[in-house]
Amino acid sequence: MSISLLLEMAQEAASADPGRTAVVDDDIRLTTEELSTLADGGAGVIAASDARHVAYVGTGGAMLPLLLFASARAAVPVTPLNYRLSADGLRALLDRLPDPLVVVDDEYRDAVGEGYRTIGSAEFLESARTAEPAAEFADPDAVGVVLFTSGTTSKPKAVELTHANLTSYITGTVEFASAEPGDAALICVPPYHIAGVSAALSNLYAGRKMVYLRHFDADKWVQLVLDEGVTSATVVPTMLDRIVTVLESRDITLPRLRTLAYGGSKVALPLVRRALELFPDVGFVNAYGLTETSSTIAVLTPDDHRDALAADDPAAARRLGSVGRPVPGIEVEIRREDGTVCGAGEPGELFVRGEQVSGKYTDIGSVLDEQGWFPTKDVAFLDEQGYLFIGGRSDDTIIRGGENIAPAEIEDVLVEHPHVRECAVVGADDPEWGQIIVAVVVPRSGTEPDIEDLRSYVRSQLRGSRTPDRVVFRHELPTNATGKVLRRDLVDELNAQTKEPA
Amino acid sequence: MIKNGTRLQSQVCDTQVIVVRSADSLDDLRAGGAPMVPIGGEADTSLTIDDSMSDGTLMGKRYVDDTGAEVLVTKAGKGTLSIGSTPLSLKEAKPLPASD
Repeated sequence: MSISLLLEMAQEAASADPGRTAVVDDDIRLTTEELSTLADGGAGVIAASDARHVAYVGTGGAMLPLLLFASARAAVPVTPLNYRLSADGLRALLDRLPDPLVVVDDEYRDAVGEGYRTIGSAEFLESARTAEPAAEFADPDAVGVVLFTSGTTSKPKAVELTHANLTSYITGTVEFASAEPGDAALICVPPYHIAGVSAALSNLYAGRKMVYLRHFDADKWVQLVLDEGVTSATVVPTMLDRIVTVLESRDITLPRLRTLAYGGSKVALPLVRRALELFPDVGFVNAYGLTETSSTIAVLTPDDHRDALAADDPAAARRLGSVGRPVPGIEVEIRREDGTVCGAGEPGELFVRGEQVSGKYTDIGSVLDEQGWFPTKDVAFLDEQGYLFIGGRSDDTIIRGGENIAPAEIEDVLVEHPHVRECAVVGADDPEWGQIIVAVVVPRSGTEPDIEDLRSYVRSQLRGSRTPDRVVFRHELPTNATGKVLRRDLVDELNAQTKEPA
Repeated sequence: MIKNGTRLQSQVCDTQVIVVRSADSLDDLRAGGAPMVPIGGEADTSLTIDDSMSDGTLMGKRYVDDTGAEVLVTKAGKGTLSIGSTPLSLKEAKPLPASD
């Protein structure tokens, strides 16, 4: 199945109400039919260029669904790139794409430079209105979208998602045309993130109006929710934090908002509780997924949130910090280092399998094992009821004196301390232990946390070997645009400090 | 066995489907009583819909048999989907909340 079939089906459903807006992006408003016509013309522009790949450097909005479907109808893969990268960083990635046509927003033209075949986003849109349409039907096993991983721990990898990967995720998790008339989704995740790609496909398939916010700002987000009658939205943790802060300081309610999904990286529990308290009538959804799995593979539903919050049983209450249960079509397995499968409650590496799972990288090939399992490199465990708990990247594991320590275990405790706003626990080089545990803490405003108090707080709840050797304070944690903490930066900083002569 | 992702059309109504999960049973997949053919293939115009197989298909719904076969209706039509003379059943999906 090609992703263009999703648009064809959406068109069929929209024919009952042809005037209904499907995409809102500032002044641009498109019906499903208009989007489809533009995608046909856009496919013509791409086909006429003879490009083997389409790259997009820009802030997204309506350009994202347009380029996804135009590329699909030209049967050419598309790659939205991180427009925040430096010129060098951007070109290094463009050089890895085969003979791309680069569609670029004006403000990033200089960064892209003269070395590629480029077309401005506005010009692409204009040409798409008049171009001779093309309408190929991509092979289901052909690559539809290539996304670069964020590269927070290593060189970015180019993940190849086939049409079959993407469409099986959509048709397996989204009920076709299930949105109520008037439903609207606010999309503020960046176009180069898998959540941006999946949002463009899933909301269209559900028949939900897509409202784009290209540059996140909490006040604008609140205003758009009110103005466009937004009923669902997805945010990353840093966005959730800012939205909650804005709403706590002002007397505003969001009466139409029904679901608020969060994901992209781990959300600290105190923030989840604040948000649940602030929006008692909103259903919260924690979505966990990876680029390599075509977005979401596990979901903690609104009911799960309510049950966990109301639970007296510690095991049930703990599920508020889980990512819920696997979506249909996804199998999960937690494995020990020797490859055997862990029992309930026992942490190991998370492996997943299903049609939406790619596990294939350009120049590297498939990393699936013989039975089709993908190693996520995330440390995880399943509880007795099959709820999945994610303990962070296995690369982030601290090895102190031969003992493996998952930073998340310590972070989950520390972030509950009343003086801690945010924290990250990392391993710094140490001549005696190999690595030592360093807690990097952002204090809550107006507090001056005491180092020994923080250490004993951890010691009172976890084994002694989990007590941070050092605690350092910062005004904020370095993060990327989707809220992932740049642990490598923290480690480099700490290692550089210890190497300086005293 | 027919390949996952294969698109088929009815010869006697508007129904189109895509194979989500293949099984041997799909070799005898019918719509409105007549065998389904690949999209774009020749339809036998002498065929007519079987009145006892005309309960219709619903757009965007998935239909399954008891051997694990699953198809998704990409265009609705008047005919009933069946394996031989046994109708497929509508797969009731527990809706997930919007997550992206």
